Amino acid sequence: MTIAADPVLAADGRRERRFFLSLSLPALCIVGLAAILPLLWIIRQSFLTTAGEYTVGNYDKVLSSGLTWSALAATLELSLGTLVVCILLGTPLALALASARPRVANVLMAFVMLPLWTSILVRTYGWLVLLRRDGLINAALTALGLTAEPLPLVYNFTGTLIGMVHYMLPLFLLPVYAAMRDIDTNLIRAAASMGATLGQVIRTVILPLSAGGIFSGSIIVFIYTIGFFITPAVLGGGKVNPLAIRIERTLSTFQDWGSASVLGILLLVLMALIAVMFLTARRLMAYNKMGAAHA
Amino acid sequence: MLEAYPDNRLARVLLWGFSALVMAFLILPTLVVVPLSFSASDLLEFPPRAYSLRWYENFFGSATWMAALRTSLILGTLTAAVAVPLALLSCISMNRLGGKAAATIQGVLLTPSIVPGILLAIGLFFVLAAQGLVGTLFGVLVGHVVLAIPVACIVLLPALARFDWNQVQAARSLGANWARAIGGIIVPQLQISLLSATLMAFLTSLDESVISIFVASGRNSTLPKLMFLSLRDQIDPTIAAISTLWTAIVVAVILIVTLRQKS
Repeated sequence: MTIAADPVLAADGRRERRFFLSLSLPALCIVGLAAILPLLWIIRQSFLTTAGEYTVGNYDKVLSSGLTWSALAATLELSLGTLVVCILLGTPLALALASARPRVANVLMAFVMLPLWTSILVRTYGWLVLLRRDGLINAALTALGLTAEPLPLVYNFTGTLIGMVHYMLPLFLLPVYAAMRDIDTNLIRAAASMGATLGQVIRTVILPLSAGGIFSGSIIVFIYTIGFFITPAVLGGGKVNPLAIRIERTLSTFQDWGSASVLGILLLVLMALIAVMFLTARRLMAYNKMGAAHA
Repeated sequence: MLEAYPDNRLARVLLWGFSALVMAFLILPTLVVVPLSFSASDLLEFPPRAYSLRWYENFFGSATWMAALRTSLILGTLTAAVAVPLALLSCISMNRLGGKAAATIQGVLLTPSIVPGILLAIGLFFVLAAQGLVGTLFGVLVGHVVLAIPVACIVLLPALARFDWNQVQAARSLGANWARAIGGIIVPQLQISLLSATLMAFLTSLDESVISIFVASGRNSTLPKLMFLSLRDQIDPTIAAISTLWTAIVVAVILIVTLRQKS
């Protein structure tokens, strides 16, 4: 007789499973109360007037407003811009770190991760100091004679993008670096011994093998940047208005809870769409790889 | 990794030169505030012409800043005190259950860290408003706890995976109940991971700004909320002093955590 078939032991196993499930209950309850219930509440609020009556007017108002669509465009511009700059800056840095000796790489990684541990407000303040009209960067540029006039580097799209790239770069770097570290160096030696140039090795061996890491990094960048609030609020100077900023303004300046909720739902839908897009892309990538293996 | 190309000096120099610039980009904003915090001037001149501690005095002498600091420290401590035990219990449950059940629990617990902070913040604001709890410490606390639970789980899950469960079996077979087994065997052996989880949960709360901005108010304003408000209005060098202190504390905490984990 097997253990699983013994009714006494099976009942015992079920009781133990129930007990282990119950250990998760307190955490699940508080997440339900403080995260999931609030999200459902946003949906409820989006159908209510200020007086608390049912309406679809909020949707009408928000979706027919030009401000909503320009906020949507600003959100996507910021996310895509951040992603592109992260790929351009992060991939070479990951390659350098992955090719360094482990001890050197560890020390450098600690430096790279330092901004991750400092408050976003501290970093935003640092950028404000650096990028202002009479800030350090403009002072350096004019002293070197590179520009006659100080450049408008902050309180606009440029400043917001710089702040967001600075926030996301370490998070983007982690999976790319991990993927590059895992590449079998014998593959590179083999390619080199058969006469591949460094450029060819990077293009045909290193980049394809780290595509998974770059992909994960891109998902992280999108998920984080789509709802960014602090950076555009401080470094955008009122000129950069992605969805998160519109939500805040609708809520605190206009006290319009219904419209703010509709904007929130829009943000959620946007996130879901992007998640589906990335998942489909990953499936296609896996499918192509399979196809290539069969061919 | 690129040992096969020892002759390609130019490529190496270019790659490392570029990487050095990118690393400078990452470090610069954190470092630039340090000399400014010791400046004697109202202007943000760099390098400062004269040095003083006036911005630190300004911070420690201001009742508003001190109240915010106290709120943030209390909130961080409470967050860690609530989030770490809850995270430990659910990590034990995930570790023992395995499979689909564990994945589902993990998925639910991770939700708050994936959903944009602004949505959590306004949702929580609506729920608290319906209960008349906006502006209370409690409202911010639950928000911070759900953000700290996943952070604590990231530290505790791998530690539990290395844990030898036979010890618990032995204790249980000798008559210890579960509370005894967890308190007497699991907790002491996970001491270092629990300390890391506590510090991380504390930092998560200390660093959180978006929920605080929407839900905290008046006497319960946190340090990040006050910093955000004064950054929006003007560039006050007091913030440079706070930033410097903040970075020093964070670096110290991270050093403690990594050194203790190594030893």
